[in-house]
Amino acid sequence: MLTFAIRRLILAVPTLLFIGLVIFLLLELAPGDPMADQPLTIPPEVREQMRQALGLDQPWWVRFSLWLYQIAVVEPQVLIDHLFGTSFAEGKARIISWQTKFPVMDIIVQRLPQTLWVVGMAYLVGVLIAIPIGIISAVRQYSAFDQIGTFVSMVGFSVPTFFTGVLMIVIFSVNLGWFPSIYNTQLRVTDWDSFLQQLRQMAMPVFVLALYNASQISRYMRASMLDNLQQDYVRTARAKGMTERTVVLRHVLRNSMIPVVTVIALGIPSIFGGAIITEQVFKVNGLGQLLIIAINANDLPMVQTLTFMFAVLIVLFNLIADILYGILDPRIRYD
Amino acid sequence: MTDGAAPVLDVRDLRTVFRTRGGAVHAVNGVSFSLKAGELLGVVGESGSGKSVTMMSLLRLVPSPPAEVTGGAVLFEGRDLLRLPEAELRRLRGGRIGFVFQDPMTSLNPVFTVGYQIMEPLRVHLGLSRRAARDRAAELLSLVGIPDARSRLSDYPHQFSGGMRQRVMIAIALACNPKVLIADEPTTALDVTIQAQILDLMASLREKLGMAVIWITHDLGVIAGIADRVMVMYGGQIVEHGPVEAIFGNPSHPYTRALLTTVPRVRGERPRRLTVIEGQPPLLTAPPDFCTFRDRCSQAYEICDRLNPQRYPVGEGHDAACFLCDPGLAPQSAAPRVAHV
Ligand SMILES: Nc1ncnc2c1ncn2[C@@H]1O[C@H](COP(=O)(O)OP(=O)(O)OP(=O)(O)O)[C@@H](O)[C@H]1O
Ligand SMILES: [Mg+2]
Repeated sequence: MLTFAIRRLILAVPTLLFIGLVIFLLLELAPGDPMADQPLTIPPEVREQMRQALGLDQPWWVRFSLWLYQIAVVEPQVLIDHLFGTSFAEGKARIISWQTKFPVMDIIVQRLPQTLWVVGMAYLVGVLIAIPIGIISAVRQYSAFDQIGTFVSMVGFSVPTFFTGVLMIVIFSVNLGWFPSIYNTQLRVTDWDSFLQQLRQMAMPVFVLALYNASQISRYMRASMLDNLQQDYVRTARAKGMTERTVVLRHVLRNSMIPVVTVIALGIPSIFGGAIITEQVFKVNGLGQLLIIAINANDLPMVQTLTFMFAVLIVLFNLIADILYGILDPRIRYD
Repeated sequence: MTDGAAPVLDVRDLRTVFRTRGGAVHAVNGVSFSLKAGELLGVVGESGSGKSVTMMSLLRLVPSPPAEVTGGAVLFEGRDLLRLPEAELRRLRGGRIGFVFQDPMTSLNPVFTVGYQIMEPLRVHLGLSRRAARDRAAELLSLVGIPDARSRLSDYPHQFSGGMRQRVMIAIALACNPKVLIADEPTTALDVTIQAQILDLMASLREKLGMAVIWITHDLGVIAGIADRVMVMYGGQIVEHGPVEAIFGNPSHPYTRALLTTVPRVRGERPRRLTVIEGQPPLLTAPPDFCTFRDRCSQAYEICDRLNPQRYPVGEGHDAACFLCDPGLAPQSAAPRVAHV
């Protein structure tokens, strides 16, 4: 298993290099000029100096190599310095956002908590409600519970979050006034009151996203359970005199979780992609919103870095999903 | 063997229907038989004759939906298993009544170790500690002829061959020293030596514990060697039943006679599926009100289309469901019967 993981990690390097290059070239080809939002009154020679300052006078492969060096060497060094108080990265140039002139990574680190709180929590809540719903729906196939579950998850999955989100805002913020419609990022949880306030402002975005996640995962769970409930080993377990509880929650569940865990693991990178739309609707300034703003402002280093990090996470969680699969299913051997 | 003793299992007029989207399939149509302590009852019949469904119905193990046990009674130790509360039936399953299923490749749970799966009934029914259950599981595994049993307990089913899995299934069924063992083609994947070993094990357990066995098989050679009584099934019914000598010496149902001609000549030759009889077994969309064998019978009469024959006695403990055996109809049926012989 360990050798498998290491081999896969090594194989991931060329993959990520390639992805990084493709992203870079695509952004390069895309129309748009980082100088576009500077005032027109700036004289051309100053403009040219500004371009030079951003490194835009260099050929693309020089710029790409620099970025690669920064993301692979400098930024990890900064992280190590930060964690252990060392000074490896001292004096080295970091990836700088064109728009804000701040290091890209610092901004990402600033935005990360909002995304993790809202989108991560929504994913967690979604998974936690999806699994029992999937189990019950399968065990009581075609019951009222199953029918309602099927309907709700169909709605939850097919109605876009910008619609459910706005609907929630209209009902619960505008009409009932129960929840705030705008997420306050400045809020610091220091006591009971601020904690409740945090819960209240998280409630709606978390609900909207959790509904969407749960719809999808509960379907997987149900299908996987149904599949396994028909297997011969279930009859064997019953013939051994096991309780229905043991049969379903031990024999069938263990088998059903194998594909579902994989799906859940593969979905985790999308948390960091930050439900872009939902963050916009509820004004949560997380990573999704950061990406949108950076795209609009032609802030290429930011877009490049964010996109690349999503790619890293996707490759990483693919590996994690495979490893989990091997752990859960004794028939899979990687060595 | 234990003649005259009260039966441990008494099945009366058992009926099971599959309600599928394509319509109802009547898989078991009024099956009655009894089983005495220590006895081995052989069950034969071609594929689809309802052997497995009958036996699964006894313990309500047929998948429902689509299956439904629509009638009958299954008396075990004075109680009707078909009407027993789920919790009490569960105590019998795997405890007093062991079951070996037909398909060894898929009948074990792929994600649990073999040891765990053998230990499960031991812990639930006998309340053994983990350690005691493990010891007993190792003992059972070596009993069914798996070498190096203790170390193989932590293996998973996919690490076992088909024949070994079949023996694991037998070990599970025998775990709690059952009063009744129902074995559905338990030795199909075993080679002749291992099969002989399992048959010996059965014989000793029957003697030691008075365990009664229902043995479903296509191998008439095995049946002739080990069974006390034989039940021949066709179309979800028992068409002939009697002591093993009577079935082989004086087969009275045309179907039984046809079956016996399909016995492999060479000893040890793999038993073929019993489908050498011309024609197809019936697929019953309604309970039959005719003889289910009429279309393939060389001696069919007009009455065979109108009535489903009851089981007529043809000898000591021997009966056959055929109008040829009805003493009341003897005059009409005399001619073709003579012609046939
Ligand atoms: N799940 C099911 N749905 C519908 N019909 C079924 C189902 N299972 C069994 N049957 C029907 O029940 C009848 C009896 O099947 P059963 O499995 O008892 O045969 P069998 O005698 O055990 O055959 P074999 O020797 O092949 O094991 C068959 O006609 C079959 O089509
Ligand atoms: Mg069968």
